[in-house]
Amino acid sequence: MAQEVRTTDQRTPARTGTPDRTHDRPVFVPPADIYETRDNIVVVAEMPGVAPDGVDITLERRVLTIRGRNAGNEPTGYQRVYSEYADGDYERVFTLSENIDRDRIEATLKDGVLHLVLPKSETAKPRKIELKAS
Amino acid sequence: MALSDFPRMGFDPFAEMRRMQSEMNRLFSGTGFGTARDFPPINIWLGDNSVVVTAELPGVTRDDVTLNLQDDVLTLEGKREPHQPEDGNWQRRERSYGSFSRAVQLPFRIDPDRVQARFNNGLLEVELERLEADRPKKIEIRAP
Repeated sequence: MAQEVRTTDQRTPARTGTPDRTHDRPVFVPPADIYETRDNIVVVAEMPGVAPDGVDITLERRVLTIRGRNAGNEPTGYQRVYSEYADGDYERVFTLSENIDRDRIEATLKDGVLHLVLPKSETAKPRKIELKAS
Repeated sequence: MALSDFPRMGFDPFAEMRRMQSEMNRLFSGTGFGTARDFPPINIWLGDNSVVVTAELPGVTRDDVTLNLQDDVLTLEGKREPHQPEDGNWQRRERSYGSFSRAVQLPFRIDPDRVQARFNNGLLEVELERLEADRPKKIEIRAP
């Protein structure tokens, strides 16, 4: 007997017009908080359902790409009757404002939240210029 | 949001009204999740005699969430802490914080001793078994 499935998904899907992917899964834009401290830029992105081995982060010049692949989370033997979110992968691209020290980037994934610390390279930090007494 | 009995009969006279109501809700509640009513987003999966409720709760640990079960209503409540940096400027702020509470009405009464809850990668999965006394019983028709 067919069950009625109600979907009220409010997440942002990726832009249409981008090239097709090989998997036929929806791609979402993970909501992210970005803040800048004196020494770092920190990106906190939400990707629920993504395991640490499903995350792919690349930094090319000033463009940062975050990808999260969703591990299969659907319970087997059940039928979906009410849906407020869909299982999908995540992808987001940022253009960074500063030059980043690529070798010291740290990324952690905990409870579906990606924590990305991008240290600013030395040349990008503001340097105080001392006035010499004349 | 209640799961009424109508969908199981194959005809739901209230489907149209419910759809319009959720459209209006969405219109007035703004875009994105984060409104108190809609967080966390849940999915409900139905089996023969069990039900699975999954919820997306990224950034929440097991201690921040309380699950309560009363007959056929599952209540999910908790709090999500903001991550405050010591110093720094916010450039973008899209995630939502605060306390949340949702009650889900399930299609049958649940046996409280046979509930399993798992929390992995920000996904909460609660598996609930139907109460034995609530299951439909086969009735023998006696030969005359």
